[in-house]
Amino acid sequence: MTQPSFFRHSVVPVLTVIAVIVAFWYVAALFMNHSTVVAEAQLKGLAFTPSATWYRSWALDKPLLPAPHQVIAELWKSTAGLSVTSKRSLVYHGWVTLSATLLGFLLGTLLGILLAIGIVHQKVMDKSLMPWIIASQTVPILAVAPMLIVVLNAIGISGLLPKALISTYLSFFPVVVGMVKGLRSPETIHLDLMRTYNADDLQVFTKLRWPASVPYLFASLKVGIAISLIGAIVGELPTGAAAGLGARLLSGSYYGQTIQIWAALFAAAFLAGILVLVVGWSESLVMRLMGARPERRAA
Amino acid sequence: MVAVLLIAILGVALGISWLCVYLVHLGEALPAARRFVDLAVPLLFGVMLIAEWELVTRGFGVPEILLPAPSVILNVAANALPTLWEDVIQTFVKSALSGYLVGCGLGFLAALLINRSDFLKRGLLPLGNFVSALPIVGVAPIAVMWFGFDWQSKAAVIVLMTFFPMLVNTEAGLAAAGHMERDLMRTYAATWGDEMRRLRLPAAWPFIFNALKINSTLALIGAIVAEFFGAPTYGVGFRISTEMGRMNTAMVWAEIGVAAILGSAFYGVIALLERRVTFWHPSVRKGQR
Repeated sequence: MTQPSFFRHSVVPVLTVIAVIVAFWYVAALFMNHSTVVAEAQLKGLAFTPSATWYRSWALDKPLLPAPHQVIAELWKSTAGLSVTSKRSLVYHGWVTLSATLLGFLLGTLLGILLAIGIVHQKVMDKSLMPWIIASQTVPILAVAPMLIVVLNAIGISGLLPKALISTYLSFFPVVVGMVKGLRSPETIHLDLMRTYNADDLQVFTKLRWPASVPYLFASLKVGIAISLIGAIVGELPTGAAAGLGARLLSGSYYGQTIQIWAALFAAAFLAGILVLVVGWSESLVMRLMGARPERRAA
Repeated sequence: MVAVLLIAILGVALGISWLCVYLVHLGEALPAARRFVDLAVPLLFGVMLIAEWELVTRGFGVPEILLPAPSVILNVAANALPTLWEDVIQTFVKSALSGYLVGCGLGFLAALLINRSDFLKRGLLPLGNFVSALPIVGVAPIAVMWFGFDWQSKAAVIVLMTFFPMLVNTEAGLAAAGHMERDLMRTYAATWGDEMRRLRLPAAWPFIFNALKINSTLALIGAIVAEFFGAPTYGVGFRISTEMGRMNTAMVWAEIGVAAILGSAFYGVIALLERRVTFWHPSVRKGQR
């Protein structure tokens, strides 16, 4: 495939859709903020011309729906415009959230892999644990997150770890499910071949099962990193709005700072995008190092 | 005293583990008993967890604020049934179910529409995949601002949360029918509607059910978390946050228990429906393996 057709096939449609969304957004902002503008005009005893009303509804301080450029301006102001250590800097809050996300993701991945190894090798673990692992995810842990944090605070565990534990709880699940599938993915022929080599369990694991499970692992990691971030953000909601993107959301909603809420949302979306991309890149890197042929892009 | 406790805790763990191992071996030896074993082993494991929980919290006198014993939680729940019922109606029936139905329905319809245009497909699917990875619960404060404190704002969040997984999965499902079958439909001069009904939709059901299952947990979580940002004076999320503020942990656990049971039941109903609808799918079909 040549580069221009990739451009025409993917970039142009995506950009078009985004452009339509942005245009729609501006129009929506016009209508949703209209009453606020009118009220403001009445309060000040001014009569706005229609064009001034339009302009004003895209420039309010606390609009019902801020216009995209307001959000971007706020994002710029709170990232590049402030020093990184400032309490109002989104970089600072983003870092707080990111560190909890990464720690939780790491712990969850490790736990998931260990559980999967146990489940694949021990029939008893498979029978007894697997149904509970699935049931564990129907517990709305995000709903419990605030309580977990308060409880852990009460016994002296505070700061990064409680949030990370919520991310762990969320992210271990896709890893377990994916890795159990992946570790069982080698075909019978290959397992039989290992038998003819007189390979022991450890050798079968390191030379056959583990390499075969790597694609499954990365598929799970992509899901896991996304929900780790969600876990970390929700985990920040009850901590008295101290720090992190979740705290930013909550304080924004307390004080009606809509632009701040939207900026925090955009920052979270940006973070999610980066994290998923990084996992995707490391996947292609690992696959290449393992000798997989580069995938051809389908037409 | 502590020694006795430790022995009891260890004894229960070892005893039930041994029983599980024994049952699994029994299941291997007797194929007739396999169904029973598949049911009994996870149940036993659950009983062990709860027994250990009770033993540890009672035995070591864990303060109730940290972790109440299962019996205490059950007692509190039994005394607060009307409250629990009210919360369930508000959070599960009004917020979660309505948002779930609208979100999944819209996602499905959007997928059908997009399916007709290659351009839209290429433009929307990457975005849909991206949005699925976003922390959408974050829009809860905005929804509360727009739609008020009651269930409508929660339903709006859930619509947004469930829309994109449904869109992406349905789209993948509609593309799942093979070229051969599609060509066959063309030779029959099948209309778009015929092709949808007889080929594409049946092929898409496993994907659609996948989205329905993912969304069932999302909907419940969304409803509860959205209530943290503002709710009328009832609802599971509201109760969890206020009872936590009053350090009434047992009630919080009771709500969590109810939510877990509801979540599992919701998931179970959809899984059962899936077995009915996609009876032909290899993962449902019996006799293989």
